Amino acid sequence: MKATLFVGTLAAAAAVAGMASAASHGASVLDQIKARGELNCGVSTGVNGFSAPDSAGEWQGFDVAVCRAVAAAVLGDPKKVKFVTTTGQTRFTALASGEIDMLARNTTWTFSRDVDLKFTFAGVNYYDGQGFMVNKALGVSSAKELDGATVCIQTGTTTELNLADYFKSNNMSYEPVPIETNAEAQQQYLAGACDVYTTDASGLAATRATFADPENHIVLPEIISKEPLGPLVAHGDDQWADIVRWTMNALVAAEEMGVTSANIEELSKGTNNPEMNRLLGTEGDLGAMFGLDAAWAKRAIMAGGNYGEIFATNIGESTPIGLARGLNSQWTQGGLMYAPPFR
Amino acid sequence: MANPSKNNIAYVRTTMLTEQAPPITAAGPVLWIRTNLFSGPFNTIATLVGLYCVYWLVGHIGPWFLYSVWNANSLAECREILNGVNAACFGVIKDRWHQLLFGFYPPEAYWRPTLAFVLMIVAMAPILFESVPRKVLWFSAIFPALAFWLLWGGTIWFSVVGMLGFGIGYAVYRALVKNMLLATIAAVLVPILFWLFLLGPISGALSEALPIGIRKIDSDEFGGFMISIIIGVTGIALSLPIGVLLALGRKSDLLLVKWICVGFIEFIRGVPLITLLFTASLLLNYFLPPGTNFDIVLRVVIMVTLFAAAYMAEVIRGGLAALPQGQYEAADALGLDYWKAHRLIIMPQALKISIPGIVNTFIGLFKDTTLVVFIGILDPIGLSNAIRADSNWNGIYWELFGFIALCFFIFCFSMSRYSQYLENKLKTDHR
Repeated sequence: MKATLFVGTLAAAAAVAGMASAASHGASVLDQIKARGELNCGVSTGVNGFSAPDSAGEWQGFDVAVCRAVAAAVLGDPKKVKFVTTTGQTRFTALASGEIDMLARNTTWTFSRDVDLKFTFAGVNYYDGQGFMVNKALGVSSAKELDGATVCIQTGTTTELNLADYFKSNNMSYEPVPIETNAEAQQQYLAGACDVYTTDASGLAATRATFADPENHIVLPEIISKEPLGPLVAHGDDQWADIVRWTMNALVAAEEMGVTSANIEELSKGTNNPEMNRLLGTEGDLGAMFGLDAAWAKRAIMAGGNYGEIFATNIGESTPIGLARGLNSQWTQGGLMYAPPFR
Repeated sequence: MANPSKNNIAYVRTTMLTEQAPPITAAGPVLWIRTNLFSGPFNTIATLVGLYCVYWLVGHIGPWFLYSVWNANSLAECREILNGVNAACFGVIKDRWHQLLFGFYPPEAYWRPTLAFVLMIVAMAPILFESVPRKVLWFSAIFPALAFWLLWGGTIWFSVVGMLGFGIGYAVYRALVKNMLLATIAAVLVPILFWLFLLGPISGALSEALPIGIRKIDSDEFGGFMISIIIGVTGIALSLPIGVLLALGRKSDLLLVKWICVGFIEFIRGVPLITLLFTASLLLNYFLPPGTNFDIVLRVVIMVTLFAAAYMAEVIRGGLAALPQGQYEAADALGLDYWKAHRLIIMPQALKISIPGIVNTFIGLFKDTTLVVFIGILDPIGLSNAIRADSNWNGIYWELFGFIALCFFIFCFSMSRYSQYLENKLKTDHR
């Protein structure tokens, strides 16, 4: 989502050095976490709905819930997470150097990050895409009508490049209004400094929800980029990558099978669905294959509910952000959430 | 001389006139207004324009404050109460003030930073004001260790044994004082070796034998103004002595010392602070052996101190350059050695000349602490972003920045006023 050349270079250098230090390490990430008794999870310094501290200082959000589920699976307690705040500049170095065990900071899965920076993406927890928001008074109903518009855009991000590509391929011109943060963008947009605000659709929805008059603003139907956001870990410890990946899968599978935080105790006494039994640890011993106990997935689901419940409490339609499931529905509902079988 | 009252010439008054009030235009508020506000066409126009600006500002900002809402738990609630009126929603300050001040420090331990802050004022008092008893200086000397223990917690022995290092340094210096150079080098080296190799084991053993301590709190729970003050005050307190040494080093006749100081100052001044902060946050991770847990706040404090010290050195060098050569010669003529000459004659004058520049650097340093937001440390600016990320307060803007600006203004303005007080007190020039 956000990457500058500078950061990329820095992170690449960091990743190389990180590999060297990781190799000299020896102890697996899982052992380190168990010895430490705490999962170091990198989150953003604040993205509405995804990670933010509440007034008691507890971190809440969609990305935070992934950290908590992994902590519950590994350490047995969703509270045993140390949230390390990272910025767009520091996130990759923090992960490569081992300062954090995993990064859950709405980071877009791209080829270069996966391959060149030497990270392993553990899946996608949110399929996002770049969209446009305009004032209704502008009388625009499609992004194709935005020729000549002034656009508020965060500088140095991939959204800036996507925007340029989109306008160029549609033979349109625009005037960029560079801004630094989302809060600044809200002020500029509301003050009329730009006709259009463009960022990820989830961010647009969250921003729109904060307006005094949300009904006067619309998010245009066009989504001009793919932004699959997900948690990631460093190369070098496949067991640890598997744990994060399958914790995510367990949350998705739980929703598909209808396991919720409300009925999980009941269901974990044993059911006649063998896959559910394997997931909840009453049958087989999947956890032992990557160094955990049988009830790892049960604890991960109990931490914040299944994928659907996490979505609903943090960013779903009942929250102020009010995102529809859309692409993030289960594959059975026409979405892209598809957990491989637990077998 | 004839008595005037006895004089009976008709045209000469026999009594004094009673004193009359001056004309209304030549006294009191009217005179003040005429001389200060309307003393000519230009000033009259300027006054009217100024008055209009004040009226315009108050007219626009006044209602924003006047109708502000304090009792609300979210921006939406504020808007409901305001019902369309454009006014501030200070409910966010009421809801989150503790985070803006203390970050994620555990609420039951808020007394620790608060106590450390109060003790800091006590410790600074004898340094800032002459009228405070000199004995309090002993407290100032132990304050850094005490503050470290209060803020980070853990066993008290770490701080106590750490302070012992200074005592060891002094003892070594006294033992070797016959050979000045050797004594100086040993007085620096021995404590450093002591801290590196003996501090951990000794304090560990002592805390096992006699566990006195409070709950340990890691610095990732620090935040808000607490972190600004920790970084700012430590940087200010350490940059002045280091800056003095660097300034002297730069004027030194010893070639090696001189070039080391010049190299240090020019390197640090040639690099933006943000680069040093990134170095502290990112690169040091790779230089240190894996598994080393070198506190990020300490890393930042060190970098900020080095940065400020380089600037401070040049400010003080300015003061040194302003001293007439005669002062140096006078010191030589009195038979004072290098350190005595500087302590008694050169530095008091050079520092006095540099006061505005020094305070300027201090204020700049304190405000520069907000740059730590770029390495993910939640200072007040970083927290304002985090608070906005909560759905309850997303969309709030000016209220948070206003509060932060007010707090920064209080600190910076106090520093500025103190420097003026000090300048007046030390004024010895013959004007």
